[in-house]
Amino acid sequence: MADIETKEAVYVTDQLIADDIDAYLVQHEHKTMLRFITCGSVDDGKSTLIGRLLYDSKMIFEDQLDALQSDSKKVGTQGQEIDFALLVDGLAAEREQGITIDVAYRFFNTEKRKFIVADCPGHEQYTRNMVTGASTADLAVILIDARKGVLVQTRRHSYLCHLIGIKNIVLAVNKMDLVDYSQEVFDKIVADYTEFATSIGIENFTALPISGFKGDNITTLSEKTPWYKAPQYAGIPLVEHLETVEVLSSVDADKPFRLPVQWVNRPNLDFRGFSGLIATGSAKAGDKIRVLPSGKTSTITRVVTYDGDLEEAVAGQSVTVCFADEIDCSRGSVISVADSPPQTADQFEATFVWMADEAMVPGRAYWLKIGTQVVSATVQEPKYEVNVNTMEHLAAKTLELNSIGVAELTTDKQIVFEAYADNRTLGGFILIDKMTNATVAAGMIHFSLRRSQNVHWQAVDIDRKQHAGLKNQRPAVLWFTGLSGSGKSTIANLVEKKLHRMNRHTFLLDGDNVRHGLNKDLGFTEADRIENIRRVGEVSKLMTDAGLIVITAFISPFQADREMVRAMLPEGEFFEVFIDTPLKVAEARDVKGLYKKARSGELKNFTGIDSPYEAPRNPEIRIDTTAISPEDAANLIVDTLLGDA
Amino acid sequence: MKTLTHLERLEAESIHIIREVVAEAEKPVMLYSVGKDSAVMLHLARKAFYPSPPPFPLLHVDTTWKFKAMYELRDKMARESGMELLVYQNPEAIEKGINPFDHGALHTDMWKTEGLKQALDKYGFDAAFGGARRDEEKSRAKERIFSFRTSSHGWDPKNQRPELWNLYNAKKSRGESIRVFPISNWTELDIWQYIHLNDIPIVPLYFAEKRPTVERDGMLLMVDDERFPLQPGEVPVERSIRFRTLGCYPLTGAVESEAKTLPEVIQETLLTTTSERQGRAIDKDAGGAGMEVKKQQGYF
Repeated sequence: MADIETKEAVYVTDQLIADDIDAYLVQHEHKTMLRFITCGSVDDGKSTLIGRLLYDSKMIFEDQLDALQSDSKKVGTQGQEIDFALLVDGLAAEREQGITIDVAYRFFNTEKRKFIVADCPGHEQYTRNMVTGASTADLAVILIDARKGVLVQTRRHSYLCHLIGIKNIVLAVNKMDLVDYSQEVFDKIVADYTEFATSIGIENFTALPISGFKGDNITTLSEKTPWYKAPQYAGIPLVEHLETVEVLSSVDADKPFRLPVQWVNRPNLDFRGFSGLIATGSAKAGDKIRVLPSGKTSTITRVVTYDGDLEEAVAGQSVTVCFADEIDCSRGSVISVADSPPQTADQFEATFVWMADEAMVPGRAYWLKIGTQVVSATVQEPKYEVNVNTMEHLAAKTLELNSIGVAELTTDKQIVFEAYADNRTLGGFILIDKMTNATVAAGMIHFSLRRSQNVHWQAVDIDRKQHAGLKNQRPAVLWFTGLSGSGKSTIANLVEKKLHRMNRHTFLLDGDNVRHGLNKDLGFTEADRIENIRRVGEVSKLMTDAGLIVITAFISPFQADREMVRAMLPEGEFFEVFIDTPLKVAEARDVKGLYKKARSGELKNFTGIDSPYEAPRNPEIRIDTTAISPEDAANLIVDTLLGDA
Repeated sequence: MKTLTHLERLEAESIHIIREVVAEAEKPVMLYSVGKDSAVMLHLARKAFYPSPPPFPLLHVDTTWKFKAMYELRDKMARESGMELLVYQNPEAIEKGINPFDHGALHTDMWKTEGLKQALDKYGFDAAFGGARRDEEKSRAKERIFSFRTSSHGWDPKNQRPELWNLYNAKKSRGESIRVFPISNWTELDIWQYIHLNDIPIVPLYFAEKRPTVERDGMLLMVDDERFPLQPGEVPVERSIRFRTLGCYPLTGAVESEAKTLPEVIQETLLTTTSERQGRAIDKDAGGAGMEVKKQQGYF
């Protein structure tokens, strides 16, 4: 404890706790909360600054300090002095490597506020962690090493904070002790930063000269920087600035009322309430509301909480509201003020931050979660990727881990949304991989693309039911999937012959045949394969609308794509038929000689050789071709189809 | 416009998290350890679904070595909340008579780590709420609110799902599960203050009272029942003590204290100079990385 440079703590808190705990508790009860992130390059002193804030606000206990002192001597980088970074770098792997590999959250209090700090790493490969930390922050502290000035990393971090919509940016020029507290150095850095900030649209920021290590201008104004009191500077220490900036939730409270419904509360027939966290605005009994996407209106009768009904609830509160009318409202609905509702759409332009090792696959279906809505969505090839170091727009076919780009997005049904700039809750979304369930991207909606709104669905009098009725059958899609040479076409052909003999109206779509016409513009890249399947899916759907039993024979190697087709059709009409032939067997047959070509490298992206085949997890029908004959397989499939029908 | 206080924001966040789990998980459960953090978590769950009772059971993974007062409060709270209480004791640990006096680290491993895994598997819960807080311990500071576990309950700190805004991804494959920590962002002081403001019942052991104690390995232990084996020369001494954290009584150190009311406890907590978990032996295993290693093995 002796070797660290400490200043007299400015907090009078300790005295108050000792003298009048009740008065202290009242004070603490009324504190507001500020969430902020710290970002900077590897050696800018982030961890040291956080350690300093924790230390100065008495959040480091003696036992932790003891451990810290012994650790500092073992692995610290500050000689005999306390290495605050060790306090903050949490995981064992990180302590060994001396880097911060993930977002860590820290807490401290002052008399006015509770603070939650997200400590974000400065390494390039961890853009995703910074965006994660920034997404819940009211404010960002961007650290600059006074000796180094504005670096590429500074620009990158500032861009990301701006991208995620953080309005309060603090430029903390750190390690001022190492530049003799020079006003000139500080001014030069601020001027450089101003130029850059303006160029990317950051309207204002607050610059402070500090030393996290020595404690200058952290909790009190430092005697070492008398010039900092001049009117052109903020002239207050960091903590005072953090205590007084406006928090996000109070800004959100002034916007129109929006409540994404999480859960319908129905304990008995007399109570029906809709629970959720108010995203923006406020609500009270008597307010006219509209439920989206249905557009039905009603009036709020009660705002219910465990502690009694509220007169008024505001943004940031979790509540349950009741309506005067029994209107349709469920999880995923958005309750809005009646006269200023958000829009609904199914096509958007958005910015994406890619967060998975596996790159984006344009055209693939992902789960999209926005507020409490979960839908299936596909992303187009990016319009451009942003180089986060230079802010240049680059051409891109896909987005890799930690890359940021702008692309169009299509959802399988209309969602309630607002531009991210207006509403984080209704404009920010995540994409989830349907196979691995990993969160693969974060996105921010710019605006909807209007074109879908001008194409209306034309109602027809003779519908699918009547088409099928005339044919005296239930339409269905028998979707054959399996490796090349597995026997799909052979068995599909037998199935169609059998159904035909039974006077069923059928049509067989064969992979090779379709590629001669409808899909002759498509190749065999991942994106083209997805588009191939999408078109075949749409054609199959039209044919079932016409009342037909459709039989398709495509390798269709990806689970996500088969699920995409399943989702196009009414429940129970899609039969996934897995023609299960081991690669060895299919390759030994090699009817078309394709495996040979693939093995020799003549044929690229060949399923089973240099492109994966994802076997169905729960197919309606599985045919083991090593165990039964094509004839028996066809009988089994027909029996299953008609038995079910 | 009204600015919410920090406790109002924390409460709203926790309620939002609890509701998301109920909406998206198939079979959630709340792990209830009867401590102060569990007390707050249970209270938040009751608020989240009011006027309905929380639509999931409470699960107590019992070691048979908790303080008597904890068992009393546990049963009372289950009755009061209208929730089903499931108590699970690892049958293998019962059979082998595993206890903290003779078996050291094995006690925690068998009763808690293994017991928890067995209980979750037995009932097929796919989401379990836990009352861990990020301010407690270094590895918890980096854990997500929705913390994903493999089918063998392992935690991979390098492969955590990013959590953006308040969007939580609860999707998982069959056999996998998530641990959810709705009070991740609360500090010890927040917990105490919230208990104070909401008048939440807690185990009386948190308040100072004269209790029989012995001092052993620098820890002050309470002689809670006759199973406590006294070493030669050890005589229980009445001391005014209280507990900052509650676990198995032979593993939980008390502090000498005169704090008999909540404000006094808070006062003492704030003026104290050692961190909360210091009273627990568990963090000290396996060097500084004790908890991180335990979590990877499936400890909550």
